[in-house]
Amino acid sequence: MAYPTNYRYTREHEWISVEGKIGTIGITDYAQNSLGDIVYVDAPKVGDTVTAHATFGSVESVKAVSDLFSPVSGTVTETNESLKTEPDKINSAPHETWIIKVELSDPAQFDGLLDAAAYEAFIAEEQ
Amino acid sequence: MSTIETPAVNKAIGKVRPHQTQNERLVFEKSSPGKKAYKLAPLDVPEVDPEALLGDAVRKDPPGLPELSEIEIIRHFTRLSTWNYAIDLGMYPLGSCTMKYNPRVNEWVSRIRGLAEAHPYRPDSLAQGILNIIDLLQKCLIEITGMDTITLQPAAGAHGEFTGILLVRAWHESQGNARKKIIIPDSAHGTNPATAAICGYQVENLKSNAEGGIDLEALTAQVDEETAALMLTNPSTIGVFEEQIHKIADILHDKGALLYMDGANMNALVGKVRPGDFGVDVMHLNLHKTFSTPHGGGGPGSGPVACKKFLEPFLPTPVLVQDENGMKTWNYDRPQSVGRVRAFYGNTGMFIRALAYILANGPDGLRQTTEDAVLNANYIRKKLEDVYELPYKTPSMHEVVFSDKKQVAKGVKTGDIAKRLIDYGFHPYTVSFPLIVPGALMIEPTESESLEELDLFIDAMRSIAKEVEETPELVKSAPHSTRISRLDEVKAARKPVLRWKPE
Repeated sequence: MAYPTNYRYTREHEWISVEGKIGTIGITDYAQNSLGDIVYVDAPKVGDTVTAHATFGSVESVKAVSDLFSPVSGTVTETNESLKTEPDKINSAPHETWIIKVELSDPAQFDGLLDAAAYEAFIAEEQ
Repeated sequence: MSTIETPAVNKAIGKVRPHQTQNERLVFEKSSPGKKAYKLAPLDVPEVDPEALLGDAVRKDPPGLPELSEIEIIRHFTRLSTWNYAIDLGMYPLGSCTMKYNPRVNEWVSRIRGLAEAHPYRPDSLAQGILNIIDLLQKCLIEITGMDTITLQPAAGAHGEFTGILLVRAWHESQGNARKKIIIPDSAHGTNPATAAICGYQVENLKSNAEGGIDLEALTAQVDEETAALMLTNPSTIGVFEEQIHKIADILHDKGALLYMDGANMNALVGKVRPGDFGVDVMHLNLHKTFSTPHGGGGPGSGPVACKKFLEPFLPTPVLVQDENGMKTWNYDRPQSVGRVRAFYGNTGMFIRALAYILANGPDGLRQTTEDAVLNANYIRKKLEDVYELPYKTPSMHEVVFSDKKQVAKGVKTGDIAKRLIDYGFHPYTVSFPLIVPGALMIEPTESESLEELDLFIDAMRSIAKEVEETPELVKSAPHSTRISRLDEVKAARKPVLRWKPE
C-alpha cells in the first residue's frame, strides 16, 4: 500500500495530515499489518491535550495492546466515533481511517516528522 | 471437520491422538425441568413459611440453575476434562510461563489433614506447625533471592508486582517525594506497565538494544530525579541474561531510583545467581512457575515479594515474628505498612507445596534444575535454528524465541504453527510475545522434559516447517484433530458472548 506523500509519519507508525491548524492522526498500513485484526481503539476525549512523542491512547488487536504515540502536541478537537463499532476499518483502510483530530500547539512539529520516503526507508529496515 | 488428509509424516510422529467427536452442549442446554441430582429425607420438623420470616427479601423466582441428574453432571464434566490439555499429558512449552511438572509429593504433603484443614482463625498458639512452614519457606526464599525480607501475601505474579511497586512508592514518599515515573523496557510483560499505572506512575518505555538487552546510554539519559524505579525482567523475555545488571543498578541508585525485578524468569537463576547480590531492591517470585505449584486453571498462584531491609517497614500487614518464648505470631503493629493486600496470609496451600519442592530438591537439586532448564531450551534452539529464524543470537537461558520470518513467505504465521502443534499432541508455545520480535514463537520447555519428549517436540516442529513448505494450507487451517476446528478469534474479541441466555 502506498504511503500518501502529503502525510508525515512517526517511528512509532502513526501518520498525520495537516490542514490549517488541525492535524488528523491515524496509524499506518505497516502498523495495522503487524498488529493484525484490530478489535478496540482507546482514544482520548475532545478537549484533552496530547504531547508529541507521548502516548495518547491504545489499539488492541487479537495479538496485543499497543500504545498510540502522538506525532504532535495539541488539543483534541474530534475523535472518530465510528471506531467504537467498526475498529476493523483501520485494517481495511488505514490511511483513510483517522483516530483523532488535534489543534496543533506548535505547527513546526509537523516538519520535524518523517516524510513518506523516509518512513518507507525506516520500515524497510525494521523488516 | 476438515477434509485435509493427515500426511504420512504425522503418522510417523505417533503423537496425533483422536479426539472424542461427540458434541457436548452447555450444562444449561442439557437441563430439563424437574430433574435433580439429590434426594432429601422427608420433612420431619414443622414447616415454616419463608415469606413470614424473610418478608420482602424472599426470592419470588427460582434461580436459573440447570436441572440434571447426577450421572449427566458427572459425564458432562468428565468429558470436558478429556478435551483439556495438561502438563500431566505432555509437554507444555508455553514460553515465559514455566509450565513445569507439579510433583506428586507436593500434593501429598499439602493434603496432610492437619495442614489441609488448618483454619486461618485458629489462634497462633494452635497453628505453630503451619506458621513454622511459612517461616521456613520465607527463609528459603530469602536465601535463594539474596534479599533481606519477604511477604508471602500476594496472590500471584501481577499482584506481587503491585505490592512491590506499592513498597517503592511508600519508600519514596517517606523520603519526601513519591516521584513521577517508572521506566519499563519494551520487552517487558504487559503486567509491568499496568502495575506502574495502577500505582499512580507514568510509564516510560525503554527501547531494547540490538542484543535484546538494556541500552546503558539510553537508560542513563532517561533516569532522572523523578524516576521512581526501573521494572526489569532478568533474564529478559527473550531468555537473555542482562550481563550489565550491576551497572543498571548503579545508574538507578545514583539518581535515588530503585531496581524492581520481575521474577517471572527466576527458573533460570535459582542456585546460580541471586538478585539481591546484583543490585535488585525489590522483586516478586511466582511460586506457580519457579517452585512447581499448580499453574493456570488449577492454581491458585502465589507471588511473594522479597526486598531489601530499607523497604521492610512498608511490607503488608501482618508480618510473621517470633515472640520471646520462641512462638511464631503475627505482628499487626506496623505504622508504615502499605496495608493488607490479601485476606489472611495469602494462598497458604501453595506455600506448603513450594516448601516441599525446595526441601525435596535441596540446594544441589535446585541448581541442577536450573541447569537442566537452560540445557533443554538450548537443545531445542540448536535443533530448530536451521528451520526457524532466530532473531537474537545472544546466548539463551531457560527459553528460546524464534520468529516466523521464514514461514511468513509462505503466508504462514506463528499462530498457525501453534495451532498445528496441537495436532501433534503438544500445547502451543507462546505466540506473538515478546512484542520486540515480530511473529514470535516463544518456547520454554522447563527442566521437566526428558530427551525423548524434547525430541518428539523437535520432530513435530520440524515436520510443521516442512508442511509450511509443501502444504501451507494444511498448517493455515489447523487444528484438524480437535473436536472444534479453528475458532474465530477476531469475532470473539469484537462481539464477545459472555454468558448463556435462555432462548
